[in-house]
Amino acid sequence: MDNGNEASQSLEALQDIKRMMERSSRFISLSGLSGLSAGICALVGAWIADGWMRAYYGGGGFVTRYGYKAAGAHELKERLILLALGVLAAALLSSTFFTWRKARRNNLPIWDHSSRKLTINMAIPLAAGGFFVLGLLDHAEWDSIAPACLVFYGLALVNASKYTLTDIRYLGIMEVILGCINMYYPEGGLYFWAVGFGVLHIIYGLFMWWKYERTDA
Amino acid sequence: MKNPIGNLNKVFDSRIRMGVMSILLVNTEISFNDLKQLLELTDGNLASHLVNLEENGFIKVHKGFIGRKTNTTYSITRTGEKAFKDHIEALENMIRGVK
Repeated sequence: MDNGNEASQSLEALQDIKRMMERSSRFISLSGLSGLSAGICALVGAWIADGWMRAYYGGGGFVTRYGYKAAGAHELKERLILLALGVLAAALLSSTFFTWRKARRNNLPIWDHSSRKLTINMAIPLAAGGFFVLGLLDHAEWDSIAPACLVFYGLALVNASKYTLTDIRYLGIMEVILGCINMYYPEGGLYFWAVGFGVLHIIYGLFMWWKYERTDA
Repeated sequence: MKNPIGNLNKVFDSRIRMGVMSILLVNTEISFNDLKQLLELTDGNLASHLVNLEENGFIKVHKGFIGRKTNTTYSITRTGEKAFKDHIEALENMIRGVK
């Protein structure tokens, strides 16, 4: 056997090792289009919420120590919560679809060891954030809701980055920074939320699609 | 002349055993079923390679239960980690050798 042949076999073996390490520890089927679709859902949701809130504040009311009071406050709150749940469901469904499609094209399972680890590690900070935000809703701490969503979601992404494509780490850091700034501009909550969940997701999604998937489209 | 393939470990000649070791190097613990799915193997085939690795002292077997179903998981031993890293290094040296 000549040296060149041995070297190419070694290289092949090393590439196999690297591939197995990656495939067993990271979920690589996450699609950029998932980020894009989640971002669009968020922007549409924020736009609807903005309309409802403008109508409410334009409808006449008064400011008390506990916030703005007007008829229909309770109803608005319920509608906004339902809208938020709808946006969450639409974002989850559409992003799962694109990732499922990418996994199928690459002949990889969507639910395996790596996607399970990704889901669990992302779910821990997200569940904590969910309970935290429910608590804020309960105590009528409206101003802190958008920053809390951004910070917890960002930390969830930073945590998740160890189990999927590492680029998601930077998206997570951006969300955290945005949430922290938002704490000092509480009146802009919905706008910060729309930038974090809408615009950043769209930019990230397009970037990821361009970096990893452009060629197989 | 030094034998260029002398440092390669015979145990890792098999692609399957090499795959198992690669997976165990980056996962602290992994179940039989996950290994089977990742390596796309049948039960019998995977089991025989795992026995081989265990007999060499490269992997540890943990038998547990999830409910009533057995759940066997595997992890790498210190010896296994050392042996596999040496094997990777030997592969790298062979590539460098011809450059």
